[in-house]
Amino acid sequence: MKVQIDPERCQGHGRCYDLAPGLFGDDEEGYGQVLGDGTVSPDQEREARLAVVNCPEHAIEVT
Amino acid sequence: MSVDNRFTQDLPESEEEPEGIRNEIITGPVADWATDFSHLESEWSADPYPIQDDLRQRCPIAHTDRFGGGWLPTRYEDVAAIAYDTERFSSRSIIMGNFRPPRDIAPVGGSPPISSDPPFHQHARKLLLPVFTKTAVSRQEPATRALCHELINAFEGQDVVDAARDYAQHIPVRVIAAMLGFPPEDGLQFRGFVEDLLEGINLPPDERIERVGRLFEYLLAQVHDHLEHPREDLTSYLIDAELFGHKLQADHVVGTMALLLIAGIDTTWSAIGSSLWHLAKNPADRRRLTAEPGLLPAAMEEFLRAYAPVTMARLVKEDMQWHGVDMKADDWILLSFPAANRDPAQFGRAGEVVIDREVNRHAAFGLGIHRCLGSHLARMELRVALEAWLSRIGEFTLDDPAAVTWSAGQIRGPRTLPLRLR
Repeated sequence: MKVQIDPERCQGHGRCYDLAPGLFGDDEEGYGQVLGDGTVSPDQEREARLAVVNCPEHAIEVT
Repeated sequence: MSVDNRFTQDLPESEEEPEGIRNEIITGPVADWATDFSHLESEWSADPYPIQDDLRQRCPIAHTDRFGGGWLPTRYEDVAAIAYDTERFSSRSIIMGNFRPPRDIAPVGGSPPISSDPPFHQHARKLLLPVFTKTAVSRQEPATRALCHELINAFEGQDVVDAARDYAQHIPVRVIAAMLGFPPEDGLQFRGFVEDLLEGINLPPDERIERVGRLFEYLLAQVHDHLEHPREDLTSYLIDAELFGHKLQADHVVGTMALLLIAGIDTTWSAIGSSLWHLAKNPADRRRLTAEPGLLPAAMEEFLRAYAPVTMARLVKEDMQWHGVDMKADDWILLSFPAANRDPAQFGRAGEVVIDREVNRHAAFGLGIHRCLGSHLARMELRVALEAWLSRIGEFTLDDPAAVTWSAGQIRGPRTLPLRLR
């Protein structure tokens, strides 16, 4: 499982790095960034799901 | 040292009546919310949710002839579509009232970037984003926490306190004054500025101009003080900032200062107050949150959803048919994020406050390119204010539900909130 942010949609609400700080961080303008290559370990799956369903812009994809 | 002559002349805002369209001021009880809505009547301030729920079912895009004509979408889907559609809806004024600024004020607007449209918008916003990231605003957290505790210390010996006036209000005022580098003792004046700008919508034009003038006069005095004594704060940052290789124009600097001062105050004040109002009325939620502080982040988002303080406005750019209604150029759109946040098509148990709600794509901070610039600051202040309160005051109830008063206009929250502490 991997997470991705669509930079066209992200507006920097920061829900992903609030809810899943192990998977996302912010850049210098507050936009969300995937940490590392976005691979989600089994114990991070809940965090990843929370980030997806709470992004107001529907900017996070899980593949 | 060269003299910065950008600020030596009077700004247009502080001078005579600006160009634009004025319409007749219509006040008084609303006949039918579907055809005559007004967000400035007391029925709306007291409890807008039943009105919005009713409209969503029978007339999801309501109309009014007041304010020179406007529309009120109540479905999440429509609110989101307008927020995203900057081609057809302009932000050149975001406060729905009886004055429309001239079209040529776009794409910059009076208080960039909130009043700006593309393509200018992104440049004005980019200047401010780095100072409002979660990381940047976390520097204000220790002082915010200390202030909250100081305010609670002052409750010593009182059985009843006004949580809106004596607590919630002071938190954003003090934080934004510190960030802009304004004297902390000026805080009480800011409340007046906020009321003048956001609540004095139906005042006669002359009085409105005079009141807005007072704000700009204050801001200009702060600019001059910072020119003489530059320091590490947002005011000096804006004075020095450059766009397209030039320093910002004076009205951009002062307009943005006005935005930062006004937008951060009664919004967060409202969010803190509404959250405490809810907890005072709902002992089960209050006890659960005190017992499980780990639930606060989820509860806070739910308070933001259910009691979203901010409604924005847009202006229709050209005549068009839109989602079944006949919009005219310069019609207002009252962009109600609170109404969107209670749409059952978007949220399960939309009308209830579910403090452990896990899926919460609310729009309290807007959607699209105008996402609230200060959202990270607001969330920090709200979290710290609630943490401090709940850690010190376990039991509290509404002292007199009838004594609670709510602000009028586009920013909604308690302005009098007498709580009995136990």
